Amino acid sequence: MNQQNSTATREHLKPPVTEIGVLGWIRQNLFNSWFNSLLTVLALYGLYMTIPPLFKWAFADSLWFGSPDACRDIDGACWSIIPSNARFIFFGFFPEDQQWRPLTAMILLFVLVFHTQNRRSWNRALFPIWTCGLVVMGWLMHGGLGLPVVETAKWSGLPLTLMLSLFGMVGAYPLGILLALGRRSKLPAIHSLCVLYIELIRGVPLISMLFMSSIMFPLFLPEGINIDKVLRAQVAIILFTAAYIAEVVRGGLQAIPKGQYEAADSLGLNYGQAMRLIILPQALKIVIPPSVGILISAFKDTSLVVIIALYDVLKTTKVTLSNPEWMGFSSEAYLSLALLYFIFCYAMSSYSRKLEKALHTGH
Amino acid sequence: MADKRIKQTPSNTDRSIIEIIGMHKWYGEFHVLSDINLRVQEKERIVICGPSGSGKSTLIRCINRLEEHQRGRIIVDGIELTNDIKNIEKVRAEVGMVFQHFNLFPHLTIMENLTLGPIWVRKMPKQEAEETAMMYLKKVKIAEQAKKYPGQLSGGQQQRVAIARSLCMSPRVMLFDEPTSALDPEMIKEVLDVMIDLAREGMTMLVVSHEMGFAKSVADRVLFMDDGQIVEENNPHDFFDNPRHERTKLFLSQIL
Repeated sequence: MNQQNSTATREHLKPPVTEIGVLGWIRQNLFNSWFNSLLTVLALYGLYMTIPPLFKWAFADSLWFGSPDACRDIDGACWSIIPSNARFIFFGFFPEDQQWRPLTAMILLFVLVFHTQNRRSWNRALFPIWTCGLVVMGWLMHGGLGLPVVETAKWSGLPLTLMLSLFGMVGAYPLGILLALGRRSKLPAIHSLCVLYIELIRGVPLISMLFMSSIMFPLFLPEGINIDKVLRAQVAIILFTAAYIAEVVRGGLQAIPKGQYEAADSLGLNYGQAMRLIILPQALKIVIPPSVGILISAFKDTSLVVIIALYDVLKTTKVTLSNPEWMGFSSEAYLSLALLYFIFCYAMSSYSRKLEKALHTGH
Repeated sequence: MADKRIKQTPSNTDRSIIEIIGMHKWYGEFHVLSDINLRVQEKERIVICGPSGSGKSTLIRCINRLEEHQRGRIIVDGIELTNDIKNIEKVRAEVGMVFQHFNLFPHLTIMENLTLGPIWVRKMPKQEAEETAMMYLKKVKIAEQAKKYPGQLSGGQQQRVAIARSLCMSPRVMLFDEPTSALDPEMIKEVLDVMIDLAREGMTMLVVSHEMGFAKSVADRVLFMDDGQIVEENNPHDFFDNPRHERTKLFLSQIL
């Protein structure tokens, strides 16, 4: 009887207003001690001092379209540097009347990536679809078969950045997996070769790899043989990224319990089957977060190709800024570029989180 | 050979499915298995017991070469285990193994766990493999869980799935490595029931276990191992009632 009474009153009791809702949250998190209250006030003051002027500069007083002369008359940001120079920033030295070609190629690339991100399209058709897509993209970029040929030296801007990073990742990942498996191999020759490769590559900066590929490597080639510069940079990026991927994947392989290897063995699966069906799917799932970290940094590192005189999107922006007409608007240009890089990196990282969730099987 | 210990099982060579002759194994300097001689007839049920560290798990793990032996011979179903990886894979396909910690593949559904071996090793068409898998899932009374992942099942259920996974390969021999010692007490029975059914149907089984009730009811022979040797070997009746060796007596007094 007594007990019933107390449960009845419990249902009617509500927590104090100061503990729940917006007010409660503010109290608990922002003003729960005099020190935190002070920090909150200071932070609010800081925001008040920075946000309104920034807003004024970026939006209220800014100019989005217009000539550089119009820009010099205003106090705000001159965003018009981007639309006015978009062609050069995005396509660089690609002949102007042919710029529909890299544009189409990029759209095609986005369509392919968008198609691939859906897990339901991971089937046998995926490989032929990509092969066709890549052939068409290669034809659009390079020309031939009715289109005027454009030398790779003129490939620049965003298509170059996207190409170097996408193929860098696609090439580096499988190579990294092979290196990781090789490093765990019981065969001493394969093991030491992989260790040597990984440690050597990780011991040099990407810049020096790019230098080697563009300056030293041709010295070793017989006269008359010339390997394309973009291709050499691409290979350098792949080789470099693969070494980092390899170590991350090796970490994943080590996290798989020995029992999984034994269960796969005891079913009579051979090494390749055990790796492909049992071990790698689990290991790669574990290493999604660190590998995406590497892929993101590889994406940003493609901007280093500027030192071997390739004009990626960062370099084309710099060139635009060196034009006397547009000199002095570097904040606007670099902020826009930062936004561009951020969009790609954020897309990668949020996709990886989605993938992690989808692959989680509750263990 | 001073120790004339073993009552030889009636040797009918063409019916024996596992033959271990003078087998030794070392881990580094440590002599884990010494002079093991064992002949297993088809349809024979053998329970191996002994104190921990006596080498019983190592012994059955040598039979499908999860462990390598250094001296002597092991012949399974007419195939001698050597470094030849093709032979090893053949033997492994014929020998099912159930582990203490189940070792199901956590990224695959129960159904995929069961069909993986038949599809990739036996090259069975997917539909046929799924039908076989369903049959064995029904047999271990867990058919309704086919679409779940191992992580969603209880320990006892997982171990039954692991047994079904081995059975899907239609093995000639089943090895059980302490199949119930990682289970909560109330789940041991459901796994033992499945194993008893299997034994009644005539599966050749080698079971490392401390479940003496199981040994009494289904085993044809009980092996007692200590310090890397088979110390005593007898039918369950004599083994439990008249142990001959001091070490066996001591062991039985501790666990019964």
